[in-house]
Amino acid sequence: MVNKPYIRLRNVSKIFGENPDSVIELVKNDIDKNELQNNHHHVIGLQNINIDIPKNKIQVFMGLSGSGKSTLIRHLNQLIRPTTGEIIVNNINVTELNKKDLINFRRENFAMVFQKFALLPHRTVLSNTYFGLQIRGVKSPELENTAKYWIDKVGLDGFENYHPNQLSGGMQQRVGIARALANDAPILLMDEPFSALDPLIRIEMQDMLITLQKELKKTIIFITHDLDEALKLGDNIAILRDGKIIQSGTGQDIILNPHDSYISNFTAQVNRGKVIECEKVMKNLSKDAFSKVTIAKETKLEEAVRVMISNNVNEVDVLNSKKKYIGTVYLNDVMASIINPIDEP
Amino acid sequence: MSILTEFPSIDTETLRSLKKSIDSGFLNFSRNYGDNIESFFDPIRFLLIESEQFLINTPWPIIMAIIAIIAWLGSKNIKIVLSVIIILILIGYFDMWENTMKTISITFVAAFLAIVIGIPIGILMAKSNLFQRIMNPVLDVMQTMPSFVYLIPVVMLLGIGKIPGLIAVVVYSIPPMIRLTNLGIRLVNKAVIEAADSYGASNTQKLIYIQIPLALPTIMAGINQTIMLALSMVVIASMIGVTGLGQPVLLAIQNQYFTLGIFNGFAIVGIAIVFDRISQAYGKRIQESHGTVDGK
Repeated sequence: MVNKPYIRLRNVSKIFGENPDSVIELVKNDIDKNELQNNHHHVIGLQNINIDIPKNKIQVFMGLSGSGKSTLIRHLNQLIRPTTGEIIVNNINVTELNKKDLINFRRENFAMVFQKFALLPHRTVLSNTYFGLQIRGVKSPELENTAKYWIDKVGLDGFENYHPNQLSGGMQQRVGIARALANDAPILLMDEPFSALDPLIRIEMQDMLITLQKELKKTIIFITHDLDEALKLGDNIAILRDGKIIQSGTGQDIILNPHDSYISNFTAQVNRGKVIECEKVMKNLSKDAFSKVTIAKETKLEEAVRVMISNNVNEVDVLNSKKKYIGTVYLNDVMASIINPIDEP
Repeated sequence: MSILTEFPSIDTETLRSLKKSIDSGFLNFSRNYGDNIESFFDPIRFLLIESEQFLINTPWPIIMAIIAIIAWLGSKNIKIVLSVIIILILIGYFDMWENTMKTISITFVAAFLAIVIGIPIGILMAKSNLFQRIMNPVLDVMQTMPSFVYLIPVVMLLGIGKIPGLIAVVVYSIPPMIRLTNLGIRLVNKAVIEAADSYGASNTQKLIYIQIPLALPTIMAGINQTIMLALSMVVIASMIGVTGLGQPVLLAIQNQYFTLGIFNGFAIVGIAIVFDRISQAYGKRIQESHGTVDGK
């Protein structure tokens, strides 16, 4: 990925307590969360966060509750102000914006989807959807037309005049997504948008987001506590713990090289066949002509197994994006990579 | 030890001169500025007289029809409309129509003023914790201070009549309007406000698009309470010259006319029920259309 970072966080820390400034230096010098809490009576929200987020990709922040992921996403649009550090969005340092500029900046750059939907209960699906546009001063009939387009897009046509409390959770979140997309902001902030939904609905919504993203190519910041969700959606994943990023990279990187036992505990539960790509397990035989059955190097292992079994072969050649041979994968190697390593720490 | 049996109070002479100087100070003030202040209230006097003239001079079937239509628009409930009509017929049949119209007029004007003044104050209280801390004791005083006490300076300034009565009614009935507006706005779901912030809503936009509509059921409860309190003040207001159902009650107390008292008393209860049922039904309908009934 040669994308220039679109969002850049530098040494961002957030301290909660009576006098956060008094402990900034301690936090900068990596003081332990518990020590700060017990001896200095301040709570760390975020500690020395540094990350570059590329444009038009899905960046996932994953962590358990209390890891600071919701605090982090609220720093990007300054719903929460950092105690110290720099947050650059689209070449603008958002921490330096005054109140009026910040309001305009939010209108032009961000749309947000919330875990508990946060729809306006007194408004219909239609007027909920155009809320962001209305705030920006867009007038009728463009207001209704745009909203209508996105309501159809998220599969809610016919429900325009319903109120949120007449809809199921999944449908309410579709309204939340329609509201965000109608705004046509380049950055989409999603704070655990699917966590409150049933597992089946959740998968349906994830698939919808993937389909939409193929077309829209927005910069999406996605928060989740579910590693499967993170791996499915994230182009890049950052794992947060106690307000710090402990590992950042592609899903495959994290699965193959977990930074510590905390992360490998997570990754042990993951279906590796859905994450690891053929390129990682292929052997280069440096041959020119390739067999009939070929797959692209980004193909996930699970899919490779499916191809081999349906073609009744034990090996398959891997091609790069220019359709050139780059290696061969064997069924044995693939299966060995899919099962979880037992004695890995 | 007399200090234990008798509270050590300020000596009589000092107390008398203190009261005297405050009283004469206020007397001078009212002599100098009374006329200006009176003319300040001219628009309200105009409103009062016009609404009373309208209610009394319009033929009773038209007034009854208007009230029935308002009852229908507010409640969409035919039972409420019918009971409103029955109450009005009984009031008219027992020859209390004109006084009832006068009472409805002052209640209407007082409630109108309480809403116009109360809602902005309630909004300010919701926006500023400091202002809330200042206003709370003021509202306590307004609700508990016997009305006669603040009527003294008002009567000194403006004399006996409709305006001082109206001021007394508004002062007594405005606190629930202010408190419930404040409460309603403060109770608006924080997550919804955060969502509005994330889309770049300004304070005014948040107020218009979210806080006021979502606080509306609570504000309606405030309006209902304000109307009820305004009605309960009509007897006291009649002591300083407000005409209406309060005057016959006052007369009944002074002369022990039991039946006169009870008829007019029931008429007050009757219009209280009319106002209450209509405004409550309306409040409930707003709540339902907001989808806030089931707590979502």
